[in-house]
Amino acid sequence: MSENKCQCGNPKRDEFMQKLFDEYLPIKDNLIQMLNEVQEHYGYIPQNAQIELSEFLNIPMAEIYGVITFYSRFTLKPKGKYNIAVCLGTACYVKGSQKIMDRLKERLQIESGETTKDGLFSIEETRCVGACGLAPVFTVNGEVYGKATVKKLDEVLDEIISNKEK
Amino acid sequence: MKSLEEIHKIREEKRKELDLRVNTKADTREKHILVCHGTGCTSSKSPEILENFRRILKEKNITNVRVIKTGCFGLCAKGPIVIIRPEDTFYALVTPEDCEEIIDTHIVKGERVERLLCKDIDGTVVNSLDELNFYKKQKRIALKNCGVVNPEEIDEYIAFDGYKALEKVLNEMTQDEVIDVIKDSGLRGRGGAGFPTGKKWELTKASVGDQKYVVCNADEGDPGAFMDRSILEGDPHSVLEAMTIAGYAIGANKGYIYVRAEYPIAVQRLKIAIDQARAYGLLGENIFDTDFSFDIEIRLGAGAFVCGEETALLESIEGKRGQPRVKPPYPAQSGLWGKPTLINNVETYANIAQIILNGAKWYSSIGTETSKGTKVFALGGNVNNIGLVEVPMGTTLREIIYDIGGGIPNGREFKAAQTGGPSGGCIPKEHLDTPIDYESLKQIGSMMGSGGLIVMDDTKCMVALAKFYLDFTVSESCGKCTPCRIGTKRMLEILERLCNGEGEELDLYKLEKLAANIQKSSVCGLGQTAPNPVVSTMKYFREEFREHAIQKECRTLECKAMAKITVNEEKCKGCGLCQKHCPVNAIDGSGRDKRIINQEKCIKCGTCITSCPFHAIGN
Repeated sequence: MSENKCQCGNPKRDEFMQKLFDEYLPIKDNLIQMLNEVQEHYGYIPQNAQIELSEFLNIPMAEIYGVITFYSRFTLKPKGKYNIAVCLGTACYVKGSQKIMDRLKERLQIESGETTKDGLFSIEETRCVGACGLAPVFTVNGEVYGKATVKKLDEVLDEIISNKEK
Repeated sequence: MKSLEEIHKIREEKRKELDLRVNTKADTREKHILVCHGTGCTSSKSPEILENFRRILKEKNITNVRVIKTGCFGLCAKGPIVIIRPEDTFYALVTPEDCEEIIDTHIVKGERVERLLCKDIDGTVVNSLDELNFYKKQKRIALKNCGVVNPEEIDEYIAFDGYKALEKVLNEMTQDEVIDVIKDSGLRGRGGAGFPTGKKWELTKASVGDQKYVVCNADEGDPGAFMDRSILEGDPHSVLEAMTIAGYAIGANKGYIYVRAEYPIAVQRLKIAIDQARAYGLLGENIFDTDFSFDIEIRLGAGAFVCGEETALLESIEGKRGQPRVKPPYPAQSGLWGKPTLINNVETYANIAQIILNGAKWYSSIGTETSKGTKVFALGGNVNNIGLVEVPMGTTLREIIYDIGGGIPNGREFKAAQTGGPSGGCIPKEHLDTPIDYESLKQIGSMMGSGGLIVMDDTKCMVALAKFYLDFTVSESCGKCTPCRIGTKRMLEILERLCNGEGEELDLYKLEKLAANIQKSSVCGLGQTAPNPVVSTMKYFREEFREHAIQKECRTLECKAMAKITVNEEKCKGCGLCQKHCPVNAIDGSGRDKRIINQEKCIKCGTCITSCPFHAIGN
């Protein structure tokens, strides 16, 4: 058995995970904090990371899966290159963000939480990003577009698509 | 580490230096350009504005002007906001391109940039912050430092009496004296339920345990509420100081702030604040050379509304699924890892230092008989001045919406105001004059909640709104208890039927029965209050529910399945503007013909209604 390989045949632990394990103590309480970092780094929680966390924190895989699926911030599937989140908080809803969401689904032909086949876009519903003064808002990879309209959304989508074609 | 004397010295010197922030007549040649860095303004490029100011000042070699990053000024609708002190000039809707003109005209020539001055709703130009109707009826206690200090500089917080309350508590007061002051002040929990804060502290102190914890609930999940975030972004030290005071009062030496990961700016400023407080010895071992030690850690949430419930929050800090525990035992007896734990909300903590410094009597003189002090509201929705307001308890909704909020935009009518988020209810026109406090809101079927206040105009359908909230609760229910997990789902299905024009009269009865059962039998506050939006809208807007159920009609355009847009032949002049705007070419007719809407093609977007200059198209 080579030192760098674990028995289950997983590839060598990557640099990010190693850093994470150096930074945190192997205490169960740290699970959510570590998952947050994994989500931030990979854009989702890969199965490998779950296995490694399970060993490191001594928590069964089932429990980790339970925690991941409980919190809406954690996802098991990779997001698109452009993750578009429409705020459906009350302030944005009252100002018509549902129309923007409907239009987005119509244009991309996917549902909320899904990624387009080419991996370019994914859609997400968020509850209040806190920019209620700019309602309705949507964000593209975290960048906020305020006082949004269906037209503005179309423009943003068109621009991304035309850039890709170039 | 700083000694007590050093802190005093910082306070004295810095206070002199910052006098121009609060005193328009300050005797100084310096000027401070304050740029709002709350989430709203940051999203509309305020960091770029700050950079531009600094760059231009450097290029022009102007040295008596400082550019400062501050927290939220409150009037988010006018953001990005730039304020120049000491003269207190208020520039609204500033863009990065405006910076050069502001510096050339305002700073160099000493004249105001007229076109950027903030205008009130009636169009009058506002010379300073206090002249604005938005600020006139407000009283700022929890938001005292927001928009005044740089949240990333501990010295600025210290200058405005920061950490003075902590010094007083540690050196002059016993644990019981601190608790008595908080009890006498009448402060109640600002997270929603309104439990007396002093009582909570007393109970936690009385619990026996080798280890106790202080927790700050900053999991502001109520959609449309951003009070806590603004406090954390604008004045993070006020929360740290209060938690330390609470730690002393109940005998804890460890604190946790549970904050939403969706608030990256707030998390960042908290981290900076904690580091600075540690460096000054205001957190850590032997604070102010006393025996008392206290430290604070941040715990990030991961997007679950139910974690705002105190016991679910504790589960989440422990790294588990955020499912509420059965109470009793309450967290005061058995909380984090089974130890006695004090949990308060951000805004509650933001009041503590002021109460200690100014006394219980001062605080209890503000507000109503049962609810003391002030309350921060996040005013949003169909109202002119969207933003953050802090008013004394007992202020009426009408004052908040019309005097402070500037009324309803686009000449529409007020229909309802929603408080308390998914746990609260809708308040109709006839209750606009109710003085707001915990009891009065409960009496009219809503609740204080954390402070989201969403105003709705007459284009909003109340059945669709009830559906919106139920949709939220269904997706946020943790699934632990049956009434909440299955009951809310069934209610949502009924509401969907109603909105699709497939309902029947019996559905209204079923809704009420389900609501009553869920309220009675759910485990936690989330479930017990989940039916509130439905119950209150059914109470005040029953006619609308009946229209949906029996006539299959919706007064607004929101329930698309039932909406039918038609052209009023008498009013139509045949101009064809509606045709031009229709995105799906659903309008027939040419030349000067009266236009007809093709119902099969129409997607009920309402664009034609707003585009018609003769108001000939309607529902």
